[in-house]
Amino acid sequence: MNQGRLPENVVHFTRLLRAAGLRIGPDRAIDAVRALEIAGAHRREDWYWTMSAVLLSREQQRPIFDQAFNIFWRDPKLAERMMSLMLPKAHGRAPKPEEQQSQRLTDALYHQKNQSEKEQERIELEARLTFSSREVLQRMDFDTMSAAELTEARRMLSELRLPLPVIRTRRFEKKISGIRIDLRKTLQESLRKGGDVIPLVRAAPRELHPPLVVLCDISGSMNPYSRMFLHFLHAITNDRDRVSVFVFGTRLTNITRQLRHRDVDVAMTRVAEAIKDWSGGTRIGGSLREFNYKWARRVLGQNACVLLVSDGLDRDAGEGLAGEMERLSKSCRFLVWLNPLLRYEKFEARPAGVRAMLPFVDLFLPVHNLKSLVDLAKAINGPMVRTRQEMRQWT
Amino acid sequence: MPKLLPKTIDETQALLAKGDYVAERSLATSLFLSLAMQRPLFLEGEAGVGKTEIAKVLATALDRELIRLQCYEGLDIAQAAYEWNYSRQMIEIRLAEASGEKSKEKLAADIYSEKFLIKRALAKALEGHSPVLLIDELDRTDEPFEAYLLEVLSDWQITIPETGTLRAKEPPLVVITSNRTREIHDAVKRRCFYHWVDYPDAKRELEILRRKAPKASAALSKEVVAFVQRLRKSDLFKLPGVAETIDWANCLVALDRVALDPETVNNTLGVLLKYRDDLERVAGEEAARLVGEAKAAAAA
Repeated sequence: MNQGRLPENVVHFTRLLRAAGLRIGPDRAIDAVRALEIAGAHRREDWYWTMSAVLLSREQQRPIFDQAFNIFWRDPKLAERMMSLMLPKAHGRAPKPEEQQSQRLTDALYHQKNQSEKEQERIELEARLTFSSREVLQRMDFDTMSAAELTEARRMLSELRLPLPVIRTRRFEKKISGIRIDLRKTLQESLRKGGDVIPLVRAAPRELHPPLVVLCDISGSMNPYSRMFLHFLHAITNDRDRVSVFVFGTRLTNITRQLRHRDVDVAMTRVAEAIKDWSGGTRIGGSLREFNYKWARRVLGQNACVLLVSDGLDRDAGEGLAGEMERLSKSCRFLVWLNPLLRYEKFEARPAGVRAMLPFVDLFLPVHNLKSLVDLAKAINGPMVRTRQEMRQWT
Repeated sequence: MPKLLPKTIDETQALLAKGDYVAERSLATSLFLSLAMQRPLFLEGEAGVGKTEIAKVLATALDRELIRLQCYEGLDIAQAAYEWNYSRQMIEIRLAEASGEKSKEKLAADIYSEKFLIKRALAKALEGHSPVLLIDELDRTDEPFEAYLLEVLSDWQITIPETGTLRAKEPPLVVITSNRTREIHDAVKRRCFYHWVDYPDAKRELEILRRKAPKASAALSKEVVAFVQRLRKSDLFKLPGVAETIDWANCLVALDRVALDPETVNNTLGVLLKYRDDLERVAGEEAARLVGEAKAAAAA
């Protein structure tokens, strides 16, 4: 390969990997170029191992790297054209999904399309968020998840501030308008200035987001939403501390550990393995009971907030649900119910399950698509709410 | 002079028994190892199974001071480890000014000498002849405090930025308890020996009652234990702990009962069960059934 083109190609390649979700900074790209020069990699194998040594930081990233490597370096011209010219025609020459190319990589390759095409993607995504009989799969194929969905979920998350309350801790932090004087800091400052002047250093109670516990319904009626929520939950789990995620259909599964994996593909695969009752019926009462008995005392400490994602359609017709909801509501600080059915303007709390649950929630919000969440975030621009009363004003 | 540490597992078990603590072999083993290898003992278990009691008994049996650090949310260094005596420091500064002290360094060295240091539980535990340090309900505090504990638990020292390091000559015997209302970070657990304190079996619980509720007759104790053991098998939100069993036995003694009867059980069920749902579930027929079973088992 022409030496002059090498840096350019490496940069393209790292951009491809980055778009596919690997964390590779420009420093790595520079390292890669230098490493290739030093290694003098003339054989494809050397080339591969040099790149992998520089660009990978964990073994789990290798599958993605392998696929990207094979596509990109098999025919650099093809890849080059894909990345730089972004010709839609290049689509025809790309390996078909049958060749086991992950959806994420495909999307990463064709990412930089023009604006109108992006719009089309958006519409496609919206369309997926409606009830559809085609998606009645017992086990979801997580491999077909698209990078558009991913980036959208991430973008949403970066804009999204859920209207969750902050709690005041008993710890203090330095603050100019603080209510208390930090004597230790004051003394230190004073001594630094020779002890003549005593500048007051003030402190105020530190405010924190409380632990977040998500209970997500993955029954058949929730199917169109739960997949997107899982992405969303993956982002939240990796974004903030103290998040626990449970999913339930006919039984409760704790998927916090599975979601902790930074790579969304790996996380989703693990989640799929962990969930046994995907797209089945719902036993909300039974699942909440299981949560209350087995987990509530372990994860609801320290003023936790609970986010319940469900449509409230219960197979057991709300039997025993009220009692469990009451207990859940009483053992957490805030209980927020996100319901996708609320999109319909004529939504009435008619199903027995919904009626049983409604009296115990602090906040009842629609979440049928990305837009509703983003709109919600925009609407709630004010200061964080602190009490149940303040929260109820949103309903 | 404090007593020497036990040299075998048997000795450890005997030591605890002397303090009226009926320990399982597994617990005695963990405790022995933690004492022998100078590592903290991490006890996890439901409320009321006797986790805190272990530290108390250990301190009494070994004749050492018990330093207790009760954890709560927002516990900070000033309350857990040490604090400077600010008002005395202020006065010291004024005095230095009055006496015309000019050297900043000397003033700072004076201000931050040990006489102005107020030592709290953790700092106290690092001095003296290895006292027993009980860090109770660690799960109630937050992660930053756990992280702070790491230095104390692994190196037996506390770093004070103004002066230097406070180091233990004889490391304390540390017992940490947790009710598992949240998971403690692996970094803390890694430095400790872990033991899950479970509900005792009938034989051990009877032995505990014999020691802790000596006024209860042997027959009553048997029935009480049989009843509680059965209760623990039912589907309850909160199972009764050993502490509840002891309380209940003492209550029955106070009511001059020598045997269980359904009415007394119903009236005193609040000692065992502290949730309304649980009470509703058990009171009445279920209680009567359990009493019948317990009596049959005790008689056998």
